[in-house]
Amino acid sequence: MKSITRRVALVATLLLGPFMWSADTIKVGVLHSLSGTMAISETTLKDTVLMMIDRQNEAGGLLGKQLEAVVVDPASDWPLFAEKARELLEKQQVDVVFGCWTSVSRKSVLPVFEELNGLLFYPVQYEGEESSRNVFYTGAAPNQQAIPAVDYLMNDIGVKRWVLAGTDYVYPRTTNKILEAYLKANGVADEDIMINYTPFGHSDWQTIVSDIKKFGSAGKKTAVVSTVNGDANVPFYKELGNQGVSAEDIPVVAFSLGEEELSGFDTGPLVGHLAAWNYFMSVDAEINDEFIDAWLEFIDDDDRVTNDPMEAHYIGFKMWVEAVNKAGTTDATSVQDAIIGVTVPNLSGGMATMMPNHHITKPVLIGEIQADGQFDIVWETPGTVVGDAWTDHLEGSRDITADWMKPLACGNYNVKTGTCSGQNYE
Amino acid sequence: MKVAARSSTRIEFGRWVRSCLVVVVVAGLVPCFGVEEKSALDASFQGTVDLLKTRSFEEKAEAARAIAVHTHPRTLEVLTALLDAELYTERKTDRVVFAKGLEGGGFHIRDAVTGEELGQVGRRGAKKISVNNRLRGLLRGLIASIRLDDEDPDDRIAAAEAIADGADSSMREVLDTRLLVESDAEVIAAIETALVVFDLDATDETIRLRAIRASVRNLDGRVREKLTGISNDREASEAIQEAARETLESIEETVARYKTVETVFFGLSLGSVLVLAAIGLSITFGVMGVINMAHGELIMLGAYTTYVVQTLLPGGLEYSLLIAVPAAFVVSGLVGIGIERGIFRFLYGRPLETLLASFGVSLVLQQAVRSIFGTLNRPVATPEWMSGSFELLDGLSMTFNRLYILIFAGLIFAALVLVLQRTRLGLEVRAVTQNRAMARAMGIRSARVDALTFGLGAGIAGVAGVALSQLTNVGPNLGQGYIVDSFMVVVFGGVGNLWGTLVAGLSLGVANKFLEPYAGAVVAKVLVLVFIILFIQWRPRGLFPQKGRAAES
Repeated sequence: MKSITRRVALVATLLLGPFMWSADTIKVGVLHSLSGTMAISETTLKDTVLMMIDRQNEAGGLLGKQLEAVVVDPASDWPLFAEKARELLEKQQVDVVFGCWTSVSRKSVLPVFEELNGLLFYPVQYEGEESSRNVFYTGAAPNQQAIPAVDYLMNDIGVKRWVLAGTDYVYPRTTNKILEAYLKANGVADEDIMINYTPFGHSDWQTIVSDIKKFGSAGKKTAVVSTVNGDANVPFYKELGNQGVSAEDIPVVAFSLGEEELSGFDTGPLVGHLAAWNYFMSVDAEINDEFIDAWLEFIDDDDRVTNDPMEAHYIGFKMWVEAVNKAGTTDATSVQDAIIGVTVPNLSGGMATMMPNHHITKPVLIGEIQADGQFDIVWETPGTVVGDAWTDHLEGSRDITADWMKPLACGNYNVKTGTCSGQNYE
Repeated sequence: MKVAARSSTRIEFGRWVRSCLVVVVVAGLVPCFGVEEKSALDASFQGTVDLLKTRSFEEKAEAARAIAVHTHPRTLEVLTALLDAELYTERKTDRVVFAKGLEGGGFHIRDAVTGEELGQVGRRGAKKISVNNRLRGLLRGLIASIRLDDEDPDDRIAAAEAIADGADSSMREVLDTRLLVESDAEVIAAIETALVVFDLDATDETIRLRAIRASVRNLDGRVREKLTGISNDREASEAIQEAARETLESIEETVARYKTVETVFFGLSLGSVLVLAAIGLSITFGVMGVINMAHGELIMLGAYTTYVVQTLLPGGLEYSLLIAVPAAFVVSGLVGIGIERGIFRFLYGRPLETLLASFGVSLVLQQAVRSIFGTLNRPVATPEWMSGSFELLDGLSMTFNRLYILIFAGLIFAALVLVLQRTRLGLEVRAVTQNRAMARAMGIRSARVDALTFGLGAGIAGVAGVALSQLTNVGPNLGQGYIVDSFMVVVFGGVGNLWGTLVAGLSLGVANKFLEPYAGAVVAKVLVLVFIILFIQWRPRGLFPQKGRAAES
């Protein structure tokens, strides 16, 4: 008896499934690793999206329907990201996906989103050189983080010698390539740039720190631009502290070190070093206070922090809601057209606009690490900066532009040859 | 000139306060300020302190300078609080306050000018007055300049050194002024040393030349910076440039010599970490022949034990490591015995199954830690006595944490050798390793020996975890980073030979560190691995192969 009912229900679901879903709820996919090495950073982003969905539902949902979260776990495994993305889009029929952290995971899901015409909001700062019709980059492009940070060091601190230290993978390598070109264009000599790569999770920094010390004692103000990834930062800063390199002598500016990472650190040796982001938890704005309160209440733990990628998801979610309202449907193509030009408030008291190249406008902030794991903002850009998908500082990328507005509608239009290669990524 | 005038007022003020204190002591509690005079002073100080409430760091720096020369008794306290990020503005009244963070958010605040207790406010009740690096440097200088008039000569020496470290030329006159009134010989010497740094920029040739010559022993980076500048300075005279070049050369020579010593130390310290990580494995893999892929996780358990010990003893940071070492030994050892009794003993003589099973165990342990402690790394604090560096000679220093770990590795190794050579357990272990059947025939309970040996190896891994918690992140993945290195060391040193492990670990560490400056960290590691592969081709049994019948099996 029971099994018959179940079978009937199953058949009915299979037949009516797609209609029922579209009738009942709008599905929001969450594609963040909840296990493996990246779980440290990505779990928080999953919770952020869940909180945004909760709040949207309390405010009456979207298009008169409730939002429903579909959470999958790609387990920090890059090929699994592609499989899970396919599952979300094909099987679960989600209308939008918020997800990915590392560049390699984004590259892995990109063909899936383009094939199935999905929508992906990517919330992390990245190396640029990409613009897909299906991806919205709510994190910083190099010109919204790395370049302004270098400008700050060069103009405000008077840095003349540069150490570019990074973990050995795609984001640091590309970013350092751009920075090196940028520094040279600004008249920095070859011998004043030292580039150093270390493996993931490197823990023995003695030689490198001693080299940096030596490099920094040549009569010119020296700074370290660090794209060192998460974990390896602790022993790095510890060694700096132990060998007596203070932030006042040789400041280190980091691009991948936020409040969340700092909460697992003994922050003593880090005080005074810098980080460049587009948002800090310490930003003094009413909307930020309200967001922090909502987050602490949602996660039910007063010790938790907010960080830059969370703000990116906040902005991305608001933009998507706005675009869906504007288009009157969750259909991917309509949302893609509607979202360009959508403007929503960011958490630092300004506004963020989705540009035709699928990147957004962001303010750039430089913060100094404090003993309590927070940042004191010491510098910020006067207004917001438009994200540049294809950097102006590299040969080959200079002539390429991204514009998804009709009639161009191309992610890599070569201005010189007047052609669109059609390939959205390298 | 301006600075000199300011500091002389301050010295007079210092004397005035001192005489005032005498009056207080002599006359009981008769206040030495008139009430009105005091409030006038407070009001003027209030005005100066309020200048800090600006967003511009330039203006804050101006305000800090103004505070430093103010005659109010709370100047030092305000500047120190600003430096330590304890100076806030109360949101409601917008006045400047000292704020101490409370457990669970919120602050306890105190008026910065009057020192009056103002009770508690919430998390958003006060807003920090932020400082940046440049301001921090200035504050340190200003605080030092106030301290230069301190009662205690040691404080004055420290202040003179702090001013020299800051090398802020506006501080020079502060030193000069103090020199005029200073009477303590040691302090005078400290001030004169500090002045040498400033004299490098002197306009008088003889003074400048003398300063350059006197800097030969000063290996501070800033002095080298200055000398490099002078030797390339077209405006300086030939003699000065020449002297700067010579001094610089001899400094560079010393630095290069120290660099070699430093590299050897770096190598030994990396080696000692490898030895620590590998030595437990050397017992379980080498002596018992168990390929234990979960060895790294046993190290991780030791590191987490350190975290737990520190959490349980919030006030005992300084001695927490001393408790963590035996605790980690016991925790990892017991887990090791559990694994051996529960799994490995059924798999002896089947290396492939052992390998797979132990890999499974490693995943289970990782996920268990993740479920208990969460995915985030855990902050393990470093005690005071392990931070900073030990200055062997001027310019040649060794970081304390590495130094202690080097010594610690030596102690552990010695203890282990003693256990294996001098105790009943050691004798039984060696007997079982050499010939299990014969040992059993002699009445040795080989099963018990197996469990204890494995427990010993696992316990040593836990102890290594305590040491590693001081060097790297304590997270679920801690062990994975060390497992390959550990096997490398054990195989290179010769399976079943503790001395081999020691020699292999230390020599690999030193080799790695000598290669690193030329090849970079990534390639250095690759080269070491390639070397080991070639070496194993040549001598498959490692540096110190076991000899005799035991080796054949």
